[in-house]
Order: sequence, then C-alpha cells, then structure tokens
Amino acid sequence: MTVAVNRIDRLFEDRSRKRFIPFITVGDPTLEATYQIAHALVEAGAELLELGIPYSDPLADGPTIQRASQRALENGVSITDALQLVGRLRESGMEASLVLFSYFNPVLQYGVDRFFADLAKFGADGVVIPDLPIEENGLAVEAAKKYGIHVISLVAPTSESRIQTIGEQATGFLYCVSSLGVTGARASLREDLADFLGRVKASTTVPTAVGFGISTPEQVKAVAPHTDGVIVGSAIVLEIERHVEQLKDPNQSKEAVEKIKTFVHQLASALQ
Amino acid sequence: MKEATTTTRIVPDEKGRFGVFGGKFVPETLMNALTELEASFAEATQNPAFCQELNHLLSEYAGRPTPLTYAERLTEELGGARIYLKREDLNHTGAHKLNNALGQGLLAKRMGKKSIIAETGAGQHGVASATVAAKLGLSCKVFMGEEDIRRQSLNVFRMKLLGAEVIPAVSGSRTLKDATNEAIRYWVSNVEETFYVIGSVVGPHPYPYIVREFQKIIGEETRAQILQMLGKLPDEVIACVGGGSNAIGMFYPFIQDETVALRGVEAAGQGVNTDKHAATLSLGRPGVIHGSLTYLLQDEHGQVQEAHSISAGLDYPGVGPEHAYLKDNGRVTYTSVTDAEALEAVQILCRTEGIIPALESAHAIAEAVKRAPQMSKDEILVICLSGRGDKDVLTIQDALESEKGGER
Ligand SMILES: Cc1ncc(COP(=O)(O)O)c(C=O)c1O
Repeated sequence: MTVAVNRIDRLFEDRSRKRFIPFITVGDPTLEATYQIAHALVEAGAELLELGIPYSDPLADGPTIQRASQRALENGVSITDALQLVGRLRESGMEASLVLFSYFNPVLQYGVDRFFADLAKFGADGVVIPDLPIEENGLAVEAAKKYGIHVISLVAPTSESRIQTIGEQATGFLYCVSSLGVTGARASLREDLADFLGRVKASTTVPTAVGFGISTPEQVKAVAPHTDGVIVGSAIVLEIERHVEQLKDPNQSKEAVEKIKTFVHQLASALQ
Repeated sequence: MKEATTTTRIVPDEKGRFGVFGGKFVPETLMNALTELEASFAEATQNPAFCQELNHLLSEYAGRPTPLTYAERLTEELGGARIYLKREDLNHTGAHKLNNALGQGLLAKRMGKKSIIAETGAGQHGVASATVAAKLGLSCKVFMGEEDIRRQSLNVFRMKLLGAEVIPAVSGSRTLKDATNEAIRYWVSNVEETFYVIGSVVGPHPYPYIVREFQKIIGEETRAQILQMLGKLPDEVIACVGGGSNAIGMFYPFIQDETVALRGVEAAGQGVNTDKHAATLSLGRPGVIHGSLTYLLQDEHGQVQEAHSISAGLDYPGVGPEHAYLKDNGRVTYTSVTDAEALEAVQILCRTEGIIPALESAHAIAEAVKRAPQMSKDEILVICLSGRGDKDVLTIQDALESEKGGER
C-alpha cells in the first residue's frame, strides 16, 4: 500500500508562520452543526482542526468540554460518526489537517488496527489520545505507522526527565500542555511556560503546538513566539454552547455559525 | 485447580501489568507523580522506621490484629461447612479501608505532601482518609457522588466532623465512578502538592500494587489464625468485590495454597439479566477505566455504563486489574448475588451472630449462604467481613419496609 505524504508534515514544512488549531467536539450539538462549524473554522484561519470524539468519562477535560461530550452523547454520536464526518469533510474538498481526539477505550473497543485503517480511509492525519502515555502507546504507534497516521504525543510541565524521550519519539507535532490540569479557560498562564517550551523545543525535531487553558487573543499572542502552533478548545466550545439552540435549528444555524467564525477569527488573527 | 502454576508469576511486572491487565493509562501530567510514588513506596517499605510506624498505628490505633470468629450459630443454621468470620468490621472506623488509608497517609507524609485527596462510594474510604488526615496532621478533601452523599449521609457527617471537606461530584451517575473522575481531575491540576489516596486496588500502576500490599495483612492474619486454631488451612475463602481491595487483601496470601478455593462476589443488583447491576467480571469486557486496563461495564462503542447496587461500595463499573488477571487464569472464581439476597443475608447474620454487616460484606455472606450447605461438616469456610453495617441501617430499613409494603 502506498501512503500519501501526511498533511501535518506538509503543513509544517514551512515553519515561518504560526498555525492556529481549534478544538471542537464532534456532534456538539449535532453532526450537521459540526460539519458547518468545521468549514467556518477553516475560513476563519485554522489550518489544522482537532475533532473530539465524545466520551462518557473524559477525565482530562474540564466542565466545558465534558458538557459538550454529554450533548453529543445524548444524540448518540459515536466513534463511527466521527470517522464518517472526517470522510464528509474531505469529500467537500477540505484541505486542512484533521486530527481526532479520543480517549483510549473507544479506540480499543473499535479495534486499534481497524481504527487507524479507517482514519487513513476517511482522510484523517493524526490522533491525540490523552490517556495513552508513551509507555502504553506501542500498539497504536505500530498501527499508525502502517497507515501513515501520526499519534500525537503530549508533554506536560511535570514531564521533567521524560521530556527528552517524548521529544525523540514524537511524530507529526508535539502537543505541549500549557498548564497543569484539565482543559478549560484560565485567567493566566504559567510563569515558567516559556522556559518549559524552550526545553521541549530542544528535545525534538518535530514542530510544537501549545494548548490547555488558552482562551483569549492576548494569550495567543503571548505564547506564539515559543511555538509553531496554538490550540484553543474550551473557549470555542463555550462559544458554541452559547448558540446551541440556534445551531440545532436549520433556520438559524447559519447565523450562529457566522458568529462562531467571527469569534475564532479574532483568536486566529492574534497569531501573526 | 485450573492453571494454578501461572499464578506463581510475579505480578505486577515492572510496567504495572497483571498479565495483560493494569498499566498506566493516564494523562501525561500525572506520569511523573506515578514514577515518584513507585520509588517512594519501594524506599519506604524497605525502611525499618516506616514499617515500624505503620505497624504501631495498625496495632495501637486501628486495633489489629482483628479477630477470626467462629460463627457457630450461622454454621448450625446453614448446616454444612464450619464458618469463620474475619472481623475487619472491628477495625477503627468500621472497615478494612483503614489499613490502606494509614499506609498511604504515612507515605504521603514521608513524601512531604501536606494535603491528601480521596474518592469514596460508601463513604468508608472517605472516613478512613479523613481519620488518617486528622491523626497525621494533613488536610483532606473527599470527592463523593451526589447520589452517594444522599445514600450515606451518616458517613458524610463523620467526614466533616473529622475535618475533611466533602466535594460533591455531579456528573454522570453521581456515584463512585464520577467521584473518581473528579478526584483525578483535581489531582491533575494540583499534582505537585497533593497526594491522591486511592481507596481500592484500582487506578493506574502502582496503585493496585500498593493497595494490595497494604491490605494483604487481612489474609496473612487469617492464614496464621486458622493454622493456629485448627492446624490446617481453610477449604474455601469468600470476599465481596467492589474495586476488590478487601478481596485481594484476603486472597493474596492464599494464592499459592492450591487447596484453598477462592471466591469473589460481585453485586448483581436487580439481577444479571437486567441492566441494573455491578457484575463487572461476570458481564464486562476488557477496557480502560481510571488508568488501568481491566474488565469494564461498557456499551459497544466503549462508553462506560453505569453500575447499580444497593451497596454504594460495590456500585462501580470497573474492578481491580489483578482480579481480571485472577479470573482469566482461573485461580479465583467470581460470582454475583442480588440486592435481595444481600438483604436476606444481613438479616441472617444479625439473627444468628448478633453482627450487623455492611451491605458490601453482606454479598459475601449471601454467597456463603449458598455455598456452605453444599460443603461437608468438616470443611472450613472463611468469610471476609469487610465492614460493619452502621452506615447502612437507613438503607436497610428503607429496603425492608418497601419489601413489606410490596407484600401487602
Ligand atoms: C465495608 C466495605 N466493604 C467492601 C467495600 C468494597 O471495596 P473493595 O472491593 O475495594 O473492598 C467497601 C467500599 O466502600 C466497603 O465500605
């Protein structure tokens, strides 16, 4: 089987520009809304999208993304729906890199090899599995390689002596957790963040992206010099939550999507 | 005995695996803390001063060794095996949970942590953690599902009286699973200064191993006591399984004794043919919950299912990974009993022995009620009485009164 060059690698060939990476939950509040929002995010300046697969026990997530997961699960959205959504986005001509975010158990039940085969089949480029540290990711990495998919590793301020090993093994990009704790908007970022990001950069050849707790254009601006990409999740999910009712209504969803696009554009344009 | 030789393998291995089960499926932020914990535990248990202090607290404070009581009238009533009760209900605070909380509390102190957190279902582990925090001068937060706060109001009051802060978990089923999620979330955010005291043999490595090591005193004492009393080992040992800490504590020292049959009893709730049960090993499939790979109640997409039991301490969709391992290699037999059978067992033990058991422990009694008559009069059956029933009297009263109402 021939494996095409992964879109993440292509995106980061040019590291002179910073990339904006939004996170949304698939099926929040409906699959159709996610499809429209995904396009709006790209129009607003995103070049890599992180799509969360809803999970019953998202233990690395704060209340905002937990609620998004809950809304999607109430609609019966599953890992299969998330994969098919990726397929639909590709069919509609979307060129941005697409990375799925899933806890490990749904992947395990779907079948690790089958999951990576389907990621490739539907046109995804990578996956973030927050509860799969490098000690446990052997099977996933093996399957991912076979199908040309990146398993994106996370590195945290507490990683300390692990930073070097994680950095050396990383592929695609390295997801730097900017604050201790779960996902969620925060008023301020760690004082030692630049220092931590510097150590991560020194450990690896792959690009870095920073996320967890970044929610304002000012914070985006502040971290940009230390990284190749900035990830914003909860702030966007909160904006979606504000428009849940309109997003569910076909007559009002367009307007709501426009508002979300404007919000995201402000964040994305703070990068350059 | 099926494949007993496989159990002689050293578990867990250095990756924290019990066969294929166990491991460390947690966010990267916690990995360093787990490595440190592993090292501190290894160092502490080699340290004579630490061991001495723990032993001192276990005897002078917890009240160990706990008795092994011959249940003469229960034996007569059931008419079969001679029944002995390992009296973990006589521990200070009323359950086996204190053995582990003392061990981890001392470890926290040794690691220089000033605050501990804990999750709790029935409240017994919360009470044990709050007690240890008071005794050792640590601050303590206990995460507890809203539904359990309602069911176990007496224990909530005890925790507060002991100076702990009780934090309600309002997501999901609002029981132990959700309290554990919240405790982990808090821990991820405060990992540098907080020690997480896990209450059962669950969670990421090294917790299942550490908790077993602190609970194996139950089986070690039982083994020595029965040998001293009767000059022989028991034929069968029964314990209830929520996460599985009292059971593994009781079973572990008997694993190599191939003549001793081991039975773990899960909660079948309203029945294993309904969707209201907590029979993880009987009806679950391997999956990942709270940092370890183990049997798990889940749907076809890997979403965790809610468990149900009249007993808040057994109401958990996962189980310790060592139990998953012992089930698969056949060394331990796992069964389940219903809410109704457990309630019946509470009354039998009260009437024959004058002991009100915890609803969790009543599941072990209920299994013995079925097993003992099938055994001969010279066989020995030991039941782990993991805790006393004071915390459950309101639940028991409600259940018995609605049962009576139903009959009218
Ligand atoms: C008295 C008692 N027994 C048993 C359990 C179940 O826990 P484990 O299976 O870890 O022993 C609990 C938990 O709260 C308990 O309070």
